[in-house]
Amino acid sequence: MISSSSNISSHSKSDALLAWSLRLLALMAGGLLLLVVAFLLHESWPALQRIGLSRFVTDPGWYPTEDAYRLTAMVWGTLWATVGSVLLATPLGILSALFCHFYAPPLLSRWYRRMVELLAGIPSVVFGFWGLVVLVPMIGRWHPPGPSLLAGILILTLMILPTIMLVAHASIAQVPVAYIHSATALGLTRWSLIWHVILPTSQVGLFTSVLLGSARALGETMAVLMVCGNVVQLPSHLFDPIRTLTANIALEMAYALGNHRAALFMSGLFLMGLVVLVVCMAEGLRHRNIYVATR
Amino acid sequence: MPFSSFFIFTLRVILVSNILWALPPWEYPRARAEEARLIITGSSTMAPLVSEIGKRFETLHPGNRVDVQTGGSSRGIADAVTGLADIGMASRALKPQEAHLFGSVIAYDGITIILHRDNPVTNLTDAQIRDIYTGTITNWKTVGGNDAPTTVVNKAEGRSTLELFLQYFNLKNRDIHAHVVIGDNEQGIKTVAGNPHAIGYVSIGTAQYDATHGVPIILLPLRNIPATIESVRTGTFPLSRPLTLVTKSTPAGLSKTFIDFARSSQVHDLILKQYFVPLQE
Repeated sequence: MISSSSNISSHSKSDALLAWSLRLLALMAGGLLLLVVAFLLHESWPALQRIGLSRFVTDPGWYPTEDAYRLTAMVWGTLWATVGSVLLATPLGILSALFCHFYAPPLLSRWYRRMVELLAGIPSVVFGFWGLVVLVPMIGRWHPPGPSLLAGILILTLMILPTIMLVAHASIAQVPVAYIHSATALGLTRWSLIWHVILPTSQVGLFTSVLLGSARALGETMAVLMVCGNVVQLPSHLFDPIRTLTANIALEMAYALGNHRAALFMSGLFLMGLVVLVVCMAEGLRHRNIYVATR
Repeated sequence: MPFSSFFIFTLRVILVSNILWALPPWEYPRARAEEARLIITGSSTMAPLVSEIGKRFETLHPGNRVDVQTGGSSRGIADAVTGLADIGMASRALKPQEAHLFGSVIAYDGITIILHRDNPVTNLTDAQIRDIYTGTITNWKTVGGNDAPTTVVNKAEGRSTLELFLQYFNLKNRDIHAHVVIGDNEQGIKTVAGNPHAIGYVSIGTAQYDATHGVPIILLPLRNIPATIESVRTGTFPLSRPLTLVTKSTPAGLSKTFIDFARSSQVHDLILKQYFVPLQE
């Protein structure tokens, strides 16, 4: 990396001003996250003091008005819904990005991209509403009751597909043209070009796309609240209803008091922990893969 | 409308409860000399409604402040007795041993059991409803319906509707074997309307409005009393309760002005917006 502090010869006032205002803005962006964490900690502090961290995993269940605060079922619910939707949306998103870039005729490709961009812009309540009145009754006829982990996974897949597809498409488009020309000159077929040249060189971007998708799935609230059934339990199969941490907060915050309210902030803290975990995992995975690719 | 308004409402309640967050009694705001201040404490069911009424009261009567704090019906009555609050809020009728207090009903809260219109069941006894909710009955066949599994729709913790339901059927929330847990009334109605085998309970005002506007749900009678706004208003419907403002003696001065205002037709829209039943048509 090139350091700009040593090779800039001018020491003009405007340079210093720019540098300091950028530092300030960067500090604000980073400080915001710290503020959010500090706020969550502050609000859930009564719960930590009066209930204690261990009871959030050892209590008999989540009955906050009867003084039981177990959150584990909701942590698993969040994880299953996220993992399921990422597993579905990743191949779909990357394959449609490849289709868009290498196989579709230019006109179709442009319209296809527009449609996906539009899909990305649909508000989550609309997805949730559609899920509640169309998807859930459909699943209910097939395997009652209807609101289920499966419905959540399908809705989340629809929601994160455009994120994954658009970011993947952008990173595929950044592969140097010279690579593609050389590969074509060597007589590679289109598929071996994709498999051996495009995917390895754009994999950092592809990982980013999956990471952004997972983060959106983890944090999604309104749509999952409407289709998942919100029963606090460990799902034994796809048709069981689940409750996610986000839905827990949105459902109960309006009327929560005292320890109940603090326990809901605790759910927020757990969710924050999950997001940190995903980001760390993605970072680790990314570095290892870059190393493999450039070896 | 329903979901966005639910969200705005949630946000508003979060903001309000942040400001009013559980002050110990000795930190109650004291009335200042230059402005008349009305302190109202009690039922968390009534607090959102009363603070909306309070806001409108403040704009109509400039110079007056209405402070609404939650803490449950018992606290509302206790504060009215000790004089810590000018008015207490209780989401129930006054008990015989509280007869020395003065209660003014401002609205009613009634809930009804709803089924899908295609469900042939049109009447359930209290015991049957209880068995369905606790998972003892899991098929509609048992109560004279089709051979189909029941889908039990329950409310999220902390809602007044859940509290009233549990209290009436003498249940604890952990006894209930739910398949779907919902937040607001509209979500409950959409869930039942989309599932012919579902059973749920929602505020009577919302259910009656939707049922008469083409939504495929039916309202079940309870102990053979039809679930209508009228039967809630007359107090005959079993699953209902009056929302009461309590004062230590016959209301006078600012308290009287406020209670009269809260009982007038000027606040009907606010009462309906919270899915309660106003006093008169």
